[in-house]
Amino acid sequence: MSLWEYANPVKFLGLSARVQPYLWAAAAICVVVGLTWGFFATPDDYRQGSTVKIIYLHVPAALMAINAWFMMLVTSLIWLIRRHHVSALAAKAAAPVGLTMTLIALVTGAIWGQPMWGTWWAWDPRLTSFLILFLFYLGYIALWEAVEDPDTAADLTSVLCLVGSVFAILSRYAVNFWNQGLHQGTSVPVATGGRTVADVFWYPLLISMVGFGLLFLSLVLYRTGTEIRLRRTRALLARSRKDV
Amino acid sequence: MPELGKYATEVMAAYGASLLLLAGLVLLTLRKGRRARAELAKIEAQRRG
Repeated sequence: MSLWEYANPVKFLGLSARVQPYLWAAAAICVVVGLTWGFFATPDDYRQGSTVKIIYLHVPAALMAINAWFMMLVTSLIWLIRRHHVSALAAKAAAPVGLTMTLIALVTGAIWGQPMWGTWWAWDPRLTSFLILFLFYLGYIALWEAVEDPDTAADLTSVLCLVGSVFAILSRYAVNFWNQGLHQGTSVPVATGGRTVADVFWYPLLISMVGFGLLFLSLVLYRTGTEIRLRRTRALLARSRKDV
Repeated sequence: MPELGKYATEVMAAYGASLLLLAGLVLLTLRKGRRARAELAKIEAQRRG
């Protein structure tokens, strides 16, 4: 059995329908437990006060905003190289989810920044690259809507996704190589495995991150199924018009 | 309800806005999915009939 079998829309929809109930349930449990634990059962930070509770939303949303773009990059490359329609549709399906995650990260960051930094916004490397990533998401979605032929739209959006990946990388690593700006270093360095968050905040944060990841996966699988059905509908309508 | 102190507005605003955005995304996703499913079923039924 090969992974490429799931480039077949029927097989993809079959597998997706089987795993989705478990994914949705796991996502709901993790998001509810992570956020409820973080909001109700964690103490205030000695410097940030109760605003520390915003990290249970901000960090998972920011993580998924970047990871969604990387997922779109991989599926776009698969489309460009192997021309599998399901992968192009998966990238299209992921974009609004990534856009929402980016917006949550920006909004919660601004709300946290006002009392902690004394400003809603600063032209800091990480904040700015995140704003540009948000604009790339908007552009990507607009391009899909603007081009009528789906294969041409998939080609153009895939190229846009490659270009936007620079900003997705900058969003993640800007704090490492631009030693300036207000945004602190990452709380959960993936490469080193170290973390700067105390256990009392870390466990609900971890559950929340897993929850947001599972929610992303559930939404993308569902939305990809929707895109496959819409494509099939358009194809059938076009065939009917030809038959008449 | 936890004691949020002087940052209660900020914390509640962050949670309110985020949960609203997430709920909106999930609802729109499900609505679009249901419509697509119904439309495809209708066209397939027409072609069979």
